[in-house]
Amino acid sequence: MLVFALKRLGLVVLVTLTVSLLSFSLLFMSGDPASAIAGENASASDIEAIRTLYGFDRPFLVQYGDWLSGALRGDFGQSYYFKLPVSTLIADRLSVTMLLGVCGISFALLTAVPLGVVAAMRPNSFIDRAALFLSVMGQAMPSFWFGLVLIVIFSIQLNWLPPSGSSGWQNFIMPTVVLGYYAMPAIMRLTRAGMLEVLGADYIRTARAKGASEMRVMFKHALRNAIVPVVSLAAVQMGFMLGGSIVVESIFALHGAGYLAWESIARNDLPTVQALILIFSCFYIIFTFLSDLANAWLDPRIRVG
Amino acid sequence: MGTVSPAAEEIRAPSPAALLRRRIFGHYGLVFGITVLFIIILIALFAPLLAGHDPYSQDLLARMKPPFWMNGSDPDHILGTDHLGRDYLARLLYGARISLAIGFIAALISGLIGTAMGVAAGYFGGRVDLVVTFLINVRLAMPVVLVALAVVAILGGSLHVVVTVLGLLLWDRFAVVMRSSVLQVRDLEYVNAAKAIGCSTRRIILSEIMPNIVNNLIVVATLEMAHAILLEAALSFLGLGVQPPTPSWGLMISEGKQMMLFEPWLIAIPGIALFILVLAINLLGDGLRDVTAPENRG
Repeated sequence: MLVFALKRLGLVVLVTLTVSLLSFSLLFMSGDPASAIAGENASASDIEAIRTLYGFDRPFLVQYGDWLSGALRGDFGQSYYFKLPVSTLIADRLSVTMLLGVCGISFALLTAVPLGVVAAMRPNSFIDRAALFLSVMGQAMPSFWFGLVLIVIFSIQLNWLPPSGSSGWQNFIMPTVVLGYYAMPAIMRLTRAGMLEVLGADYIRTARAKGASEMRVMFKHALRNAIVPVVSLAAVQMGFMLGGSIVVESIFALHGAGYLAWESIARNDLPTVQALILIFSCFYIIFTFLSDLANAWLDPRIRVG
Repeated sequence: MGTVSPAAEEIRAPSPAALLRRRIFGHYGLVFGITVLFIIILIALFAPLLAGHDPYSQDLLARMKPPFWMNGSDPDHILGTDHLGRDYLARLLYGARISLAIGFIAALISGLIGTAMGVAAGYFGGRVDLVVTFLINVRLAMPVVLVALAVVAILGGSLHVVVTVLGLLLWDRFAVVMRSSVLQVRDLEYVNAAKAIGCSTRRIILSEIMPNIVNNLIVVATLEMAHAILLEAALSFLGLGVQPPTPSWGLMISEGKQMMLFEPWLIAIPGIALFILVLAINLLGDGLRDVTAPENRG
């Protein structure tokens, strides 16, 4: 187990380094970052001054090393637009995005797992068809459009929920539903497929034969085994959702890190964008790492093979 | 005498092609997906003939005409006009071209990259596999929407940039699926037989392995096409994708958002179009998987 964990950890470090290199080189994609910051009307000497001020005249790898060692200490430099340290900006906004991510994945799990279980109990029944229908709809629905439709119905027509802002818990209801519905179909399908597979196993027949109630068979015996891949999928989905929250946050004007990403991209504030890409990537990497470890712990075949 | 009785006809076992045909037509989702996608492709091809209006021409005197089911609609503009007086139906029909083009080309680019990587990893194994698996991990760790938005913002939004960026980002699933598909067939007898008679690596991959995994490739291609279409719409909606006045459905929703308070149909129409197109492509992909390779259902 320790060898497996260490191997995985090595991979995690390598992936993180590569992602950090890629997100840092974003700054140089536009060509010359100094003239981009200086703006269109800057003179050549202004551009030179900015180049030395920001240190763009140094070799690429030196700049990268500098940025990376700062990033490791939690210092991502100054934001060009907000004139604040990037780390302060992000730290202020991250809690909203984390809360949204946790709410979203909880909503997805709480709806998808029961639906998947019920669908697997009665394959091809009405409930199974309805669950399949919901998941097919969820996969085809553009989440930004779903968000707008919810705003039109629940904020404008019914006036039940605030359309935008992040002041109270009411602001989180619609974003949670949108983000959760995005993650729901995959979780539901996996739960259903896993349950169908497990329900054919011998120990389920044994449990039924010894007279365990149907509820007990389903939740105590079957779901326990079917849920393992679902948990790791949920961890991966959580990583995706944090990265994808940019769309949802911008629709509902929820002031989280995703909204900050949108603002800084629109304003060409590259230090903030770089830092956000790296942070969202790290979340994904950490979640998948933890789910790999959990899987290996639950299923010895993974860590040996 | 001489004629085969109907009963004898039924006894004869159906050919594999007939069986496949029967499975395709017995799968309602697949039939629906193919039909709807075919209709949308026809609409996109013949948009100039069907639209009756130019999607770019503005008519400020005929702004915000409601669609046909509302009071005060103009029979000349069945789906009404937008805030610049452009015919909404024409923009919707031309928008199908944008979405389909983005979907096809992005899936093509990412398909080429991902298939090359996945097949190489699966066939050669060893170090090649390690490198490809590592690259897949790196790619999966990058937040797609965020990276796509940032790159498009830096390079400037245009159809070419959006398609290229999406194509360069969406290859991960191709690589994963192609790698595992090759792993499933690479040690089978017919591949070993081809090796034994001295076929070149190129020939083994192209004519022995690829034909047997191409169904998985097509399934992934349809799903990634839908993915690319949704992402383009999201990027354009956020103002960092295809730029105005291009008739992109995402852009139409974004423009309609300003007025959705009073005119919700402005976002309903392009949104439903987007939903139907993605639904059709997804049903086609799911159906193809059910029909050709049910063991890969996930």
